[in-house]
Amino acid sequence: MSTDHAGTAASGLKSVTIVGASLAGHASARALRAQGFDGRITMIGDEVHRPYDRPPLSKEFLTGRATLEDLALEADDEQLDVEWILGTRALSLDCPERLVTLSTGQSVRSDAVMIATGSVARRFDRMIDGVHTLRTVEDAVALRADLVPGARLVVAGSGFIGLEVASAARALGVDVTVLGSSQWPLSRTFGDTVAATVQRLQESRGVRVRNNVIVDAVLGTDRVTGVRLSTGEQIDADVVVLGIGSRPAVGWLGESGLDVRAGVVCDEFGATAAPGILAVGDCAAWFDPIRGRAHRIEHWTDSRDRPSISVARLLSGRTPRQGLRPSYLWSDQCGSRIQFAGRLLGGEELTIEAGGVETGDLLMVYRRGGNPVAAVGFNQTRLMAQWRKSLTVSAASVSPPATVPVAEPLSQPFGA
Amino acid sequence: MRICSLADLAPGVALRVDTVSPPIAVFHTEDGEVFAVDDTCTHQDASLTDGWLEGCEVECPLHASRFDLRTGRVDAPPAKRGIRTHAVTITDGDVHVLISAAEPNLPPGVSY
Ligand SMILES: Cc1cc2nc3c(=O)[nH]c(=O)nc-3n(C[C@H](O)[C@H](O)[C@H](O)COP(=O)(O)OP(=O)(O)OC[C@H]3O[C@@H](n4cnc5c(N)ncnc54)[C@H](O)[C@@H]3O)c2cc1C
Ligand code: FES
Repeated sequence: MSTDHAGTAASGLKSVTIVGASLAGHASARALRAQGFDGRITMIGDEVHRPYDRPPLSKEFLTGRATLEDLALEADDEQLDVEWILGTRALSLDCPERLVTLSTGQSVRSDAVMIATGSVARRFDRMIDGVHTLRTVEDAVALRADLVPGARLVVAGSGFIGLEVASAARALGVDVTVLGSSQWPLSRTFGDTVAATVQRLQESRGVRVRNNVIVDAVLGTDRVTGVRLSTGEQIDADVVVLGIGSRPAVGWLGESGLDVRAGVVCDEFGATAAPGILAVGDCAAWFDPIRGRAHRIEHWTDSRDRPSISVARLLSGRTPRQGLRPSYLWSDQCGSRIQFAGRLLGGEELTIEAGGVETGDLLMVYRRGGNPVAAVGFNQTRLMAQWRKSLTVSAASVSPPATVPVAEPLSQPFGA
Repeated sequence: MRICSLADLAPGVALRVDTVSPPIAVFHTEDGEVFAVDDTCTHQDASLTDGWLEGCEVECPLHASRFDLRTGRVDAPPAKRGIRTHAVTITDGDVHVLISAAEPNLPPGVSY
């Protein structure tokens, strides 16, 4: 780690507790050490595993091409000197005391608390056998056991997770129907051309995609037998996956006094209104200067990268100078690599910059007032890398839209 | 091994050399330093030449793992294993690379 120990000295901090031992929690511990903090770090996680990578759960891990060991986030030579309290839930947070109470009855007091509890999948009230959500490695193992060749899978929701599960299930010889509530898969976020390309891709692998339908209920008594749509129509199924979005895992903060209505509300650097309490990753709604309001981003790269900004703020007490790269996400579906970078507020103009829908190598750029603000590519890794870099510069020069939506839209699993 | 003339490799630019196996990536940083590492990310099959060079660090164009070009160390996951580095010398304005004798850390399923 860095030899610069100024962090601890300048801040007077001796101990930091991180709640949530996954991507953002791990990145927070790494950032603390990299920025010279040599005090005590306590990491509390309710999963029994050391930090692991979630994106493969709907991709390589689901098809059996990756093991849990492959998913570990810790580097081979990593020495973070962290006290791990795993398999243990945080039940509450007392902000003035910075005291975290645990499901074991113990509690941990420290000089600062970083909240990194991520999100949980939305569920239906009736989660009978054969109905799955996908968030943890246990979820993926349970789902994989149900994805036997010839089984009929219905995926409710045409966001990324639903579409990736559909693709993985097809690869396993499963019969797949995706039921989406919008006009096209993903369309609310990315626009019609991109959505049509995704639909085409899915259909080319034999996935049935139905749009503009709402799944009302799952059918069956002990085990699922199908789903019912809002129109009353019933569709048979042996397995159902709900990819209907997620919500921030902030239930344990109910009594903390923090504003957690749409994620943990923070400033531009992840600091909450309570001194010494910060939030990072999927559960955090950082103030977004371009949107003019707090906004929750559920992307892997943001969850990994933002903690270093929060830590800089925590250790120095000053406003960090480092800027954020544009949001970035990828999705692997039906043999195609989809990449997205940037920030969409709605109403952008879209142009095709390279490739095409038919050839499966589409690259489109979103512009606001003539300035590129985002890009999406299908199998265009090299060009996407170039676009990502150029977006960093232009994002700063973009003015916010005249009307800023106030309500948080229903989040899509790792949506933009 | 002579790679190219330094004048042909502008600062901020990377060059993929695939006449060796596995291929290597040669980076000229904005600060004027030149580094050579294996081109293939240790996480999955991606070319680091296409990645994002910032300071002495390159970020993989796929899942954004970061590697320190000086040591090959992983600075940010999902990669777990460091990238093999190669010694670079600049002689008479030419970039020379001495291919490391160490085993490369190729990702699962990739072989050369
Ligand atoms: C199947 C799947 C596929 C994905 N694919 C992609 C992709 O391709 N690209 C992309 O950009 N993003 C993807 N994502 C999103 C990405 O994984 C998330 O953005 C990322 O995991 C967020 O990290 P986090 O650490 O903030 O939260 P999480 O990873 O959700 O971790 C939070 C941790 O906190 C724990 N926790 C919660 N409450 C408590 C408590 N009270 N006490 C103790 N511990 C608690 C949780 O159990 C969990 O371990 C995917 C997500 C899933 C589920
Ligand atoms: S291939 Fe480089 S990070 Fe995954």
